[in-house]
Amino acid sequence: MANSIEVSDLVKIYGSLRAVDGVHFEVRTGEVFSFLGPNGAGKTTTVEILEGLRRRSGGEVRVLGFDPWSQLDRLRTRIGVIPQDFHFFPKLTPREAIRLYANLFAVKVDVDDLLARVELGDKADDHYDTLSGGQHQKMGVALALVNDPELCFLDEPTTGLDPRARRSIWDVIRRLRGEGRTVFLTTHYLEEAQQLSDRIAIINRGRIIASGAPSEIISHYGRPERLRIVGDPALADRIATLGLPVDHVDGAVEVELKSKSDALAILQLVAASGLRWDSFSTKTDTLEDVFIQMVGRLEDGSLPGRIPEGTA
Amino acid sequence: MNLRRVGAYFPAFAKGYIRNPLGLFMSLIFPVILILIFGAVFSNSGSSQVPLTVENLDHNSAASEAFLSALNATGVVSISMVSPDVGNLSTYLAHNDLSAGLVIPAGFNTTLAACAQHLPTCAPLQILVFTNPSSGSEAGIVEGAVQGVANGENLRIAGGFAVVTPVNLNVGNQIYRYIDYLVPGLIGFSVLVSPMFSMVNVSSTWKRDKLFRQLSLTPLSRGEWLTATFLWYVLLAFVSTLLLLGVGTALFGAHVTLTALAVPFLVVGPILFVSIGLLAGSVSSTPESAGVIGNIITFPMMFLSGTFFPVSLFPSWLVPVAHVLPLYYIIDGLNAAMVFSNASTAYLDLAVTFVLAVAFALLSARVFNWRED
Repeated sequence: MANSIEVSDLVKIYGSLRAVDGVHFEVRTGEVFSFLGPNGAGKTTTVEILEGLRRRSGGEVRVLGFDPWSQLDRLRTRIGVIPQDFHFFPKLTPREAIRLYANLFAVKVDVDDLLARVELGDKADDHYDTLSGGQHQKMGVALALVNDPELCFLDEPTTGLDPRARRSIWDVIRRLRGEGRTVFLTTHYLEEAQQLSDRIAIINRGRIIASGAPSEIISHYGRPERLRIVGDPALADRIATLGLPVDHVDGAVEVELKSKSDALAILQLVAASGLRWDSFSTKTDTLEDVFIQMVGRLEDGSLPGRIPEGTA
Repeated sequence: MNLRRVGAYFPAFAKGYIRNPLGLFMSLIFPVILILIFGAVFSNSGSSQVPLTVENLDHNSAASEAFLSALNATGVVSISMVSPDVGNLSTYLAHNDLSAGLVIPAGFNTTLAACAQHLPTCAPLQILVFTNPSSGSEAGIVEGAVQGVANGENLRIAGGFAVVTPVNLNVGNQIYRYIDYLVPGLIGFSVLVSPMFSMVNVSSTWKRDKLFRQLSLTPLSRGEWLTATFLWYVLLAFVSTLLLLGVGTALFGAHVTLTALAVPFLVVGPILFVSIGLLAGSVSSTPESAGVIGNIITFPMMFLSGTFFPVSLFPSWLVPVAHVLPLYYIIDGLNAAMVFSNASTAYLDLAVTFVLAVAFALLSARVFNWRED
């Protein structure tokens, strides 16, 4: 199957709020697909509809070929889900939890092997309520893998974790992809999406505003490369004579480069000016920069509310 | 409904419950503490004398008065006289829930006088002693005291010849004591409290922590979850019943039997209160408000359903209140099944409990949802 998930014109209405407002996207089998957006953009609503936990108000959704709401019984055994803010029964241990899931799914599981894969082997027999936040998430991942799913949903799996715990969850996600599973990840950490994803979709106010590979989105929506000079503020006026756009950003002078050779011209001008300079660097937009700009431009109306799919 | 999944989930729920000491305390230990406290406070009547009802058919003759004053002098019985007009003393005792009685026959004075003078008309004379075997040591005290006084009279009058012979008879009715009501009452208490307190908590905090959603990601269905939960609280009810029966009979001599007719109450009762608790937790928005709703439901039922005192002792205006509380029918039914052997009352109470349990189980199954719209 080329696509594990196909969504077209998905709508979810809560009262007068259109939380998800005509969303289209597809997730290809075997890829890590990230669904990005600010809080309240409609990420979790969308993922819960895909998981069969929420009923949609309109549109078409196919997950592994099934309608997740009406065919959840058949879908459930083939997907693994780590919900946002995963909680489990406080007095059960990871080992007992995995055994419970294995019995419910009627599958045989090597418990120690599974715990080792999520780096939880040394906590196998500790009660859930004595584990740390990162260990809770790892237990969530382990439970999502009990039924050996071909498609995994991870809804903000690293929210609230310290940097080390977050990186070890990233390792787990990379391993899932390495094992040939499709991963649907929601996150509001842009760095995470950029590091892990094959493709992403950015959702804002219930609508997808961009989708594609992270590098494509950056090159399509990001600003050109910039030269950043820390030094005398008067440098800005000198550089402006070259006809390049100049900005003061955080006490430094930033110049948008139209071509690589612009950088050489600027450096020669600075050297000849006799004005003080402390450091040079070049800057390219990250996914996060692009995201913040796009959301900002949507807010002030300078970007249309909806960008056609696949423009990037 | 897949019983294999019910069986897979049941131990997980049980472990979670057992590892939380508060839950086990409320469901098993607390009722035992209550039976120890209430049993100790109310089993001791405060008087060491056994009440003895006397019917004197010898028209207050000198000999009968002397016999009774000797009996009174033993200090172990407190005598109250009834008029010979009451007729059969055994029937009178049964009607008035009295446990011990003595009948002094007509001609007592004449016979004793004849024997004292060794006249041929001296013939052995029977006095009837009624006791109730179910009142334990009291029967022995009364019989011993009467026998002792009779022996004294025989010795004094006839040199030891058995002129006065006590005949020990059983009173036909069963005498009920406080502890006999308390055991079924506290079984009802346990049937109410252990599901109510924990289900209100489970349904509200599991909703908050999205544990139902977590379970909905597995093949376990709502019905299977409910079945496993019912089974657990039914099991708890049986364990608690055995504990209360053991303590009640061993320490306080309660006359309570676990009859077959009591068993359905221990199954249907927990199902009723699991459903009510689930409903209370499901309709509340926070665990705090669920706790308040749970207490509003639980506390009146705990005190007004005949848990600690029989409803027959309630003032008449309070009795209709008891009759609208579901727990009343369980406790009344358990009393009928375990104490009074009154099958028709038990069946009626069981029918009421069953209808309530089915209604609340259906209602809570409707309101309580795994998935969200």
